Amino acid sequence: MKPTMRSHHRDDTDEATTESNESRPSVVDLTDVSFGYTSTPVVEDITVSIDAGEYVAVVGPNGSGKSTLMQLLLGLLEPDSGTAKLFGVDATAFDDGARVGYVAQRAGTSREMPITVREVVKMGRFPHVGFGRLSAADWRIVDRAIDTVGMSAFADRRITQLSGGQRQRAFIARALAGEADLLVLDEPTVGVDTESVDAFYGLLESLHVDGITVLLIEHDLQAVIEHAERVICLNQEIYFDGPSAEFTDSAALARAFGTGTRLLTGGNG
Amino acid sequence: MTLAFAGGVYEAFVPILEVWYWLLTLLYHLTGLELINPEYTFMYRAILVGLCVGVIAPLIGTFLVHRQLALIGDALAHTAFAGVAVGLFLNAVLELSVSPYLTAVVVAVIAALLIELISEATDAYNDVSMAIVLSTGFALGTVLISLNAGGLAVGINQYLFGNLSTVSAENAVIMLGLFSIIVATVALTRNQLLYVTFDETAAAVSGLPVAWYNRIMVMLTALVVVGAMQIMGVILVAAMLVVPVAGATQVSRSFSESLLVSIVLAELAVLLGIGISYYVGATAGGVIVLVAVGIYALSVLAGNVRQTGAPDETRELESISQD
Repeated sequence: MKPTMRSHHRDDTDEATTESNESRPSVVDLTDVSFGYTSTPVVEDITVSIDAGEYVAVVGPNGSGKSTLMQLLLGLLEPDSGTAKLFGVDATAFDDGARVGYVAQRAGTSREMPITVREVVKMGRFPHVGFGRLSAADWRIVDRAIDTVGMSAFADRRITQLSGGQRQRAFIARALAGEADLLVLDEPTVGVDTESVDAFYGLLESLHVDGITVLLIEHDLQAVIEHAERVICLNQEIYFDGPSAEFTDSAALARAFGTGTRLLTGGNG
Repeated sequence: MTLAFAGGVYEAFVPILEVWYWLLTLLYHLTGLELINPEYTFMYRAILVGLCVGVIAPLIGTFLVHRQLALIGDALAHTAFAGVAVGLFLNAVLELSVSPYLTAVVVAVIAALLIELISEATDAYNDVSMAIVLSTGFALGTVLISLNAGGLAVGINQYLFGNLSTVSAENAVIMLGLFSIIVATVALTRNQLLYVTFDETAAAVSGLPVAWYNRIMVMLTALVVVGAMQIMGVILVAAMLVVPVAGATQVSRSFSESLLVSIVLAELAVLLGIGISYYVGATAGGVIVLVAVGIYALSVLAGNVRQTGAPDETRELESISQD
């Protein structure tokens, strides 16, 4: 992996690993959160806390409320009841957007839009520059972020000309350019070939080691168990929240998905 | 107070118009081009308005097309038509002398906000809210015209199809004002508009008030539509928001390049269109759009040639090292 964007994170994390979880600042705090688009709740009584530097995966069957949960914790939706906090602030009022990097499933709205990798990554600097222009220092951060995800050779390529895996790397670079503390990824490997998926998780792992908090919403249980250190299994309510190694042996897997074995070998939930 | 302010703004733009006259007169003496004969100063104003349209339409259109809102220009043009009808109606009934383009600006901006508000309030898709506003606008326009107070229907064709010869000094100044507002707003908010256009959710996560930028975008669209309506007409105004952008998308390698190329293509269409329409005596709006579509076809061809000329690109991308 290329040199990291923010090596100070590694030192912080090394120190942090010797301390208890309680000493790490909380990044996400959901307390008794319920939400429904209609009178039927999509998620109910969710209480979750994610600390700085954690690598957490949220799994659950289709329609289990994973994406809704993500929108609640990012402040894009307001809970019907309970509280959602991001970096200690009410999530809907949170205004330090540069601290959060977001990578969606097949991000980008227009298939045809002629936009280069560098133009996408520079968006990460927008919360820092506001209405102004990017300075030389901003551009250096952009180029370093592109380098970190191994996309320097493709910086001036149109994003539509890239493979799915490369595209998602570009979006991670955008989050890195913003110097995000929290990276939220919503099923980022959908439609990405197996080889690229492995490289993608390798990149996430190195960012996690670098101290960035990673929150991954994922359908691929095998990948989650292999890479994340903590799993939250959701199906309207939380079925499991603990170390990923314990998830496979838990009853929650079968309860949430109906059958665990098939999903773990089949790979696609 | 408002009238005094408007008068002040008008006076501020008049010197620009005078410099423009002087420049084209000079060009006429250098080239002898009949199109810019000083006897026909209405052409000077029409060319100025056309050049402004060639900048602002693709400037806004680039954001609209990539947000898949290409047809919003059409919807707002129909409401601008209602605005013109309101202006003509008020002038006839109340014996005022308000420019119908000013009432069109007001009505189109209100309609633009309505489109956004309907979308936000009802979760309806944008095309549903556009269809509702488009129909309402055109219905209001036809009702007011059919009332025919004081011969309202007279001269309505110039708004429907555009007319070079009716671009008055006042209308040219209105266009310069709209041009300044649009270019300044886009220059100021280009980062935000790009982010919202490309990835609305990520933009929201980054802390941008996405709904407000959507509103700014539709309001700017309304201003472009009214400005372009003078020479393009209600029926064809949307083409200038879409066609040059579609052409630029085919041949551009980056977003900033596509903005620039779309403006170049639009200016080419406007100048050729005005020139051809002058010499053959056809409606300028129609000729401009036909030229723009011709340029678009050439762009598609050029884009395809470029793609087939770069066979190694895909292979190279497939084999990117996954370090």
